[in-house]
Order: sequence, then structure tokens, then C-alpha cells
Amino acid sequence: MIMKSSTRQVDGVTIVDLSGRITLGEGSVVLRDTVRDLLSKGQKKILLNLGDVNYIDSSGIGELVSAYTTCKNQGGELKLLNLTKKVHDLLQITKLYTVFDVKDDEAAGVKSFGK
Amino acid sequence: MSANRVSYTLDSTLETVNSAEETAGRIAAEAGFDDEEIIKISMAVREAAVNAVLHGNAYDPGKKVTLAFERTGHDLIIVIRDQGKGLDTSRIPDPLAPENLLKTSGRGIFLIRSFMDVVEIHPSKTGTELRMIKHVHGSAADSKEASQ
Repeated sequence: MIMKSSTRQVDGVTIVDLSGRITLGEGSVVLRDTVRDLLSKGQKKILLNLGDVNYIDSSGIGELVSAYTTCKNQGGELKLLNLTKKVHDLLQITKLYTVFDVKDDEAAGVKSFGK
Repeated sequence: MSANRVSYTLDSTLETVNSAEETAGRIAAEAGFDDEEIIKISMAVREAAVNAVLHGNAYDPGKKVTLAFERTGHDLIIVIRDQGKGLDTSRIPDPLAPENLLKTSGRGIFLIRSFMDVVEIHPSKTGTELRMIKHVHGSAADSKEASQ
């Protein structure tokens, strides 16, 4: 399944709804382009909704890390929302679960960003 | 205990990575692994295929990837080989080291080792062979043995 991405604004936070696979190739490129595009438009509070991401490989993990550091380096914040068990487990074994700010409730996730 | 083996010779392309993953999932299912183990096996094979295609053969159209699956009563043995310069195993980073946590690459071998029971890397000047084994546990092994 090809990865799809759509964005919406809630209280100054950009929620990126992702679905499909974040893997080497198209999936990783979609994520990279989406985050770069948001940052270029000054949208620096980003909540990545991974609730419909059913698969991620090491390239996809790398792309999440890249999105996180790119956003942080530009003075922004990138958080993760609604991890599936597979993605949660992957972030646990790679010790990235403690690096990312992970939320499981959209409203609370939006609120957690500073004004 | 009988064994059966199938092998594929594949191009150094992204399609190979996807195809290797799908094939691994199918063969793991046929071998009786449960859904969680099937995902781990197919992910391990995907990561191995990424290494072979990208880092080993560097997308060289003149170089091939060979992928072999062997099923025994107790194991699924998977061997993937590239025709690259040979992986320098001393340079495989520890992705869990604090200084590497935010690196954007270097987790493939780690994930393979996490998902498979045995992983052996055999580099040479003519390429790298990665051999991995997943043991068939519990009822899957029992039912396979009972049917043989």
C-alpha cells in the first residue's frame, strides 16, 4: 500500500494524517516532502498521526528521526500520535520511544504544544 | 525430517526489496509461523535485501542478489547474498549508543538481529552473505513434525 499524507490545522498545530507504509522509496519521500513543505511555510508545530501506518522499516525510522531533528533545528516541535503496536514496538527496541514525544490522544496532543 | 529449498536471483532494484519481503512473508506463513513472527521474518528479509541492493550492489544493474529459503522441521533458514565489495562488519554502528540514537541510518542489521534467532554475516571480496535462522516454535513445529 502506497503511503498517503494529508494535513489539517487544529489550534495552530498541523496534524499530518499518514496512512500506509513508511519504507525505503516512496513512503519515506512522501514523509520527507510533507515535513519540508510545512516547515518552509512556517508551520513548525507538527503532530504526525501514525494511526493508519501499518508498516515501517529502518529507512522509515530514519525518516522519522530526520523529520524530528529537522523540525527541532528550525525551532519547531514534532510529536507522534496514535502509534500502532508494530510502530510502538519498533520505537521501543530502537530506544527512540524516549526520544520522540508520543501522544495517544489528539486533543491532548494538540494542547501539549506551547502557544 | 525433510527439507525443501527455493532460491531466487534478483536484480539490484527497489522492486527486489519489496519482492523479497513478500516472498519471505509467504514462505514464513507456509512454514507455520504465527502472524507476529511472519512480520518479523519478512522485516528481517526486507532489511537484508535493502543492505544487499543499496549498500552491497549499490543498485548496479550488472550485479545480482540471490535469496534462498530452506525449511527444515525446526528452522527456516534464509540466505541472502550480494556481489558488492563485502560489508566491513567492524564498521556496523551500535544504533542504541546515545551518540547514534538520532542517526538517520544504521539500524538495518540491528533489526535483523532483533527479529531472527541466528544471524551470521560472511563478508568477502566478492560480496556479503547474510545467513539468518528462525526457529519454528511450539505448535508450528509440532504440527509440521506430525505431518511428516
